[in-house]
Amino acid sequence: MSYVPHTDADRADMLAAVGVERVEDLFHDVPAACRFPELVLPEPLSEMELMAELQAMSEENLDTGHFSCFLGAGSYNHYVPRIVDQIISRSEFYTAYTPYQPEISQGTLQSIFEYQSMICALTGMEVANASHYDGATATAEAVVMALNASRGKRKKVVLSPWLHPEYRQVVRTYTQGMGLEIVGDEVGDGAPGLDAVAALVDKNTACLIVQNPNFLGQIQDLSGLADQVHAAGALLGVVVEPVSLGLLKPPGELGADIVVGEGQGLGNGLNFGGPYLGFFACRQKDVRKMAGRLVGETVDTEGRPGFVLTLSTREQHIRRERATSNICTNQALCALAMAAHMAALGPTGLRRMAELCYHKAHYAAQEVGALEDYQVLDDAPFFQEFVVRCPAPVADINRYLLEEWGILGGYDLGRDYAHLQNHMLICVTEVISREEIDVLVEALEEAGREVAA
Amino acid sequence: MKADFGVRCSGAEPVIYELSKPGRMATTLPEPDVPPAELPPQALLRDGLDLPEVSELDLMRHYVRLSQLNWAIDIGFYPLGSCTMKYNPKVNEAAARLPGFAGTHPYQDVHTVQGNLLLMYELQEMLKEIAGFAGVSLQPSAGAHGELTGVLIMRAYHVARGETQRTRIIVPDSAHGTNPATTSMAGLEVVEVPSDERGNVDLAALEAVCGDTVCGLMLTNPNTLGLFEEQLPQVIDLIHGCGGLVYGDGANFNALLGIARPGDLGFDVMHFNLHKTFSTPHGGGGPGAGPVGVAEHLVPFLPGPIVELCECAEGECDCGCGHDDEMDEDAVCFHLVMPPKSIGRVKSFYGNFGVLVRAYTYIRMLGAAGLREVAEMAVLNANYLKSQLAGVLPVSHGRTHMHEFVAKGIIEGAPDVHALDIAKRLIDYGFHPPTNYFPLIVPEALMIEPTETESKEVLDAFAQALRSIRDEALTDPEILHEAPHTAPVGRLDEVRAARQQVLRWQGE
Repeated sequence: MSYVPHTDADRADMLAAVGVERVEDLFHDVPAACRFPELVLPEPLSEMELMAELQAMSEENLDTGHFSCFLGAGSYNHYVPRIVDQIISRSEFYTAYTPYQPEISQGTLQSIFEYQSMICALTGMEVANASHYDGATATAEAVVMALNASRGKRKKVVLSPWLHPEYRQVVRTYTQGMGLEIVGDEVGDGAPGLDAVAALVDKNTACLIVQNPNFLGQIQDLSGLADQVHAAGALLGVVVEPVSLGLLKPPGELGADIVVGEGQGLGNGLNFGGPYLGFFACRQKDVRKMAGRLVGETVDTEGRPGFVLTLSTREQHIRRERATSNICTNQALCALAMAAHMAALGPTGLRRMAELCYHKAHYAAQEVGALEDYQVLDDAPFFQEFVVRCPAPVADINRYLLEEWGILGGYDLGRDYAHLQNHMLICVTEVISREEIDVLVEALEEAGREVAA
Repeated sequence: MKADFGVRCSGAEPVIYELSKPGRMATTLPEPDVPPAELPPQALLRDGLDLPEVSELDLMRHYVRLSQLNWAIDIGFYPLGSCTMKYNPKVNEAAARLPGFAGTHPYQDVHTVQGNLLLMYELQEMLKEIAGFAGVSLQPSAGAHGELTGVLIMRAYHVARGETQRTRIIVPDSAHGTNPATTSMAGLEVVEVPSDERGNVDLAALEAVCGDTVCGLMLTNPNTLGLFEEQLPQVIDLIHGCGGLVYGDGANFNALLGIARPGDLGFDVMHFNLHKTFSTPHGGGGPGAGPVGVAEHLVPFLPGPIVELCECAEGECDCGCGHDDEMDEDAVCFHLVMPPKSIGRVKSFYGNFGVLVRAYTYIRMLGAAGLREVAEMAVLNANYLKSQLAGVLPVSHGRTHMHEFVAKGIIEGAPDVHALDIAKRLIDYGFHPPTNYFPLIVPEALMIEPTETESKEVLDAFAQALRSIRDEALTDPEILHEAPHTAPVGRLDEVRAARQQVLRWQGE
């Protein structure tokens, strides 16, 4: 089965029209020594057999539909209304490509325009693009944009140590050929405030990137930060979590120059880490320095409104080596899912969803914090994640939770922060019930006794 | 046969904000089952949020109507050159949505996601076999992302050998714009080389720029003219001879499945476009996936994490999976590892996993013979369609083409008619236009890639449409200039869009 419709008669007719005897004759330009290799691959299967095999393979996993999961750390288990999958399963959306022919791509174009509008509303910014691969690459593109904004004169980048560790790694990967000084990790041993980070911004700094809520789930007070950064002539980039923006003040109102984030939490499932989407927003004055596709409104020859890809002179297919980025294919269908979820919720629904996460996480923190062997870090307000100091290594606690209680425990912060060994990041979203929280608390208490002993 | 969008959706669909009415909502949320906590100080909270407020029916109708304004593979022929718009099998969608895959968190302990890792491991192995490489990383999210990854790998290889002066990347003038853009992003310098009259890289020009500052060559093969590089061994020898590496842009790999392995041909690194070659849907502009394959000497530089088979079955590992105790001969255990000299992470987590599931499903459905049939029929379709256009439109480079070819939108006797007019008129005949005005080196380019999943009948109808359009160009060119006539909107004013910059909804 290779989904080809050609009958033997078709092949014969077509080969005759082309003027060759055998289909192999079409490949005479391929060096003979390498032509037609014998590929060693599994034998093909029927759809029925393959689905059975895939079903079995998928059931080798422990999934969040069957196990309580308290992991977050950049990937969040939220309830996605069924209508979202119905929308993105429309063939007209998912089997189309980049809207190169706007007259027959108005559906994709208008849906991106609406997505851009909702991202601007959510972040409090003026312009948003059609999406990036994920939150980490959007962050890297924000850094690149800031470097370009200084015309390459500023060679230093400050990353908060409380920015997602993988985002910091991706920024380093993207910029490894640019000769930059990337700082910020070294202030990570203290309290996760922003003063020490902001103090690193100087006249050679292109940008400061902070995350809110930060990687530890804490809500940071960003007021005054933008002024401090701007005084040094640098740009402020803020990485945000979109559900939290149902509740929290958007960075656009706090003077941020670039706002990016991982959009997965709205409209997109866990999917073992992808596909997700990075959203990216900036100020109107910086729009020409922005990477990625943009949709704008215009009119057709009869004056009817319509949408097109615009400002493409920034992009690789026109500007080639002088483009703002090489990005072309992004995560359009994931952006459609996010937009559909935002529209389904509206302002009231998103606020209620954010508050549900907030209240449940706080209930969990209160109950876990009441355990004798555990201590919740409470030096800052938090959103849907909080840090707990455990009486034993997190990996050991989690193994106990899984084996004895069937719970997928929280994230081990010791993986990324030397001073946070035995610290667990617990995430509670609206999909976790009070009963599941109570079971977690009981399980943690027992794990504390059994594992630490 | 003419398309008429008007019968499916009458007129424009309002922007969703225009449908909004305060108090409506398209979903329900549970009441809190925990006591409410005190909210953060008001200064940290937002005041308003300008999202649309619509009912569930409003929302569904809105998006269904928008969808009806789109062309798509599932509606009709979509011969967009270099994009490989083949059929997207539905079993792929079902596979990716299996709850056991879709409901796993990326930070779960590896022992709880062995099904995912098995799938990724087998996909790595299959891509290695199909393309003849020693290592594959599934991390990159798209073709351009794979390119950046590949170029950073080449750079890292030279840097590790102390050859930091290798900062130049050679790019043929027929290349996709992503190639030079990627080079700049990697902090390297672009050197462009011309094509010769047969559509190959100009060997003399290539030789002239070879030297000890060359990091590598980025080569699309078959190239964007749809031609297999006739002097490929010489090209690769020239680059390797000066110490450079050869990068393969895998955008056109559909033509080579089971025909030739880039690793065997001498490529050092290549990205795959799973959303082109391996049938995963294009999604209106993503998500795709752009895994990177490399030859032996570049394996240590791959971005991670990649999936490796653990040696615990042989008692060599204390990973805790328990297999070492059970001594089960069939027991396998997979780990996520970072290669020793890795360029680092190129995204968070492990690649676009949901896309990987789809590509895996496709390869398992086809097997080796099926993959070869894909390439053979893709190439037969392109050459057949080209044969049917003889005397209708001139085609660049009169050689055997691979999976695509570039026609010129030039009609003798109709000097005012351009490729754009032909493209737009094709819409009225019920076809998506080819890629136009690319590659840049062919005037009035119409780049046509039929793919293997289209039937002879579809190709014949497309050729007939172009014949009719040719006739119209001679008798009634205005009908071309004003096309499309049947689409939801006419030609759109792109200059106005760029000047006025209405990039978000700002109210009536």
